[in-house]
Amino acid sequence: MTHSTSSGQAAAPTLAPTRPEPEQRGIGSLYAGNARSVVSRGLLATRSTNWIIILSGFFEPVFFLLALGVGLGSIVGSVQTTAGQAVPYAAFIAPGLLAVAAMNGAIYDSTWNVFFKMQYAKLYEGMLATSLGPLDVALGEILLALLRGGVYATGFLIVMQVLGLNLSWTALLAIPAVLLIAFGFASLGMAVTSYMKTFQQMDWINFFLLPMFLFSATFFPVSVYPVPVQVIVEIFPLWHGVELVRGLTTGSLDIAMLGHVAYFVVMIAVGLTFTTRRLRALFLD
Amino acid sequence: MPFVTVETMPTPVISAPVIVASGLTKKYKGLAAVDGISFEVAPGESFGLLGPNGAGKSTTMRMVGAVSTRTSGTLSILGLDPNRHGPEVRAQLGVVPQQDNLDMELRVRDNLIVYGRYFGISNRAAGKKADELLEFAQLSDRAKSKVDDLSGGMKRRLTIARSLMNDPRVLLLDEPTTGLDPQARHILWDRLFRLKEQGTTLVLTTHYMDEAEQLCDRLIVVDKGTIMAEGSPAALIREYSTREVVELRFGSDRNAEVALQLAGLGERIEVLPDRVLIYADDGDAILAHVAAAGLEPVTSLVRRSSLEDVFLRLTGRSLIE
Repeated sequence: MTHSTSSGQAAAPTLAPTRPEPEQRGIGSLYAGNARSVVSRGLLATRSTNWIIILSGFFEPVFFLLALGVGLGSIVGSVQTTAGQAVPYAAFIAPGLLAVAAMNGAIYDSTWNVFFKMQYAKLYEGMLATSLGPLDVALGEILLALLRGGVYATGFLIVMQVLGLNLSWTALLAIPAVLLIAFGFASLGMAVTSYMKTFQQMDWINFFLLPMFLFSATFFPVSVYPVPVQVIVEIFPLWHGVELVRGLTTGSLDIAMLGHVAYFVVMIAVGLTFTTRRLRALFLD
Repeated sequence: MPFVTVETMPTPVISAPVIVASGLTKKYKGLAAVDGISFEVAPGESFGLLGPNGAGKSTTMRMVGAVSTRTSGTLSILGLDPNRHGPEVRAQLGVVPQQDNLDMELRVRDNLIVYGRYFGISNRAAGKKADELLEFAQLSDRAKSKVDDLSGGMKRRLTIARSLMNDPRVLLLDEPTTGLDPQARHILWDRLFRLKEQGTTLVLTTHYMDEAEQLCDRLIVVDKGTIMAEGSPAALIREYSTREVVELRFGSDRNAEVALQLAGLGERIEVLPDRVLIYADDGDAILAHVAAAGLEPVTSLVRRSSLEDVFLRLTGRSLIE
């Protein structure tokens, strides 16, 4: 068989020198300890994304704070926190909106973006043909979503500081708290998204998010509801996030806040487990 | 011992096969997509799986690529069981999937670097390797382009460059030139041929007989999840077909009818909806017989046998439908 060699001068690259040796791995094929390569891929890809959409996610809670906190707040006066402390209305809703900012950032990346990468861009299929495991992919993508949630929340916390709505030094602890909340929403968001097949199903996520945003003690204490409704609100994650952050920014600390932390730790574990399992089922059948 | 360490990894002897499949089977909900196939691939060999769409080629490739778990049978890639050592196996393979799954959000060069980093290669080493491979794929001048702006052939070459980022010991190519125009196919074949010359083991699936003839040292013909025949392209043609083939067209409504009058000519006659094929060692002699019998085909052609004819003989069906 003769073959033309005139169409290019470059020789095939030499083999062997940079081939990575297989590493010893504790949990076999699930995790290669290389989630950072997935994160850095995401950061590189962010360069080409639409920055207006990213910015709008930040401004949404700021607008709510100005309209409701400052505007409506001038009529409302002060409101009692769960720990019994009376605080100005703006200082009451600001931590609620901070938790929402974390949620929005994390959800945006972990639902619609993940859905697109999974269904249309076949990104994960490509990743899982390498030595990455499904847990690397899940963890990397979730960390990326968490990063966006963290950036939104930190910006919002600065706005709160400027408006004088951080009532205690413990407001600084709101940053790790917000990262925890973002981590929880990102893990669960990606887990749920990995089971979605159509755009219509994706709309169901919004169906949950809006009522959760409105009724999770974001704008008024949960005590205004009858007890059965309170119980329902307290099942959903945002209420735990709002209460945790509110305790920290207003300085009215409560032992129940440890329970909120535990809620998110469980949420992260459940989300990661299901995402990893699902990625494995989808791409490593 | 739950995992393999570098020290205990068997180092294959040069002549030991890199892939050994035995009774390899994959069932989806009880239906066998791959039904007990066995083959071996030697290092440096260029091995092909030829068959129509749905024959089980891609499923086989996914099992060899350690992204699909076999239902039964044994499979060894570079001495490792992909079911148990998925990441270790994948670390030593290059994969060119049937449909391009390049990262559309990254530019051409970044596609290579990021992919290299998935294998744990450092940023600096990946950058160096990427430049080398862009040169090889004749894409150096497109390093900063968006993937979307590349032609189909360029995307394919980028996918091949990407698959070489980890210096794979075996390169798996699933339908590498499907959907490309003839010129792009020839450029791609040229690149693959260079890799082959450098000793890279190639495993490719195709439903193009010319591709199989160009690139494969040895191939298996697969249909409905089983192996129909195995050998080099030339040997398969020798074994399952005649030296030449006469193609006659009498018009679609007359082919079957005329074929009855042709009975006895050549070694074998195949009637297809659009033409009649007569297998014989001397095609021109057959044409003379046809003319002497007073039959006047609309068109006639004498050509050499190809793998297409082998497939037709083995399955009674055309390769491309």
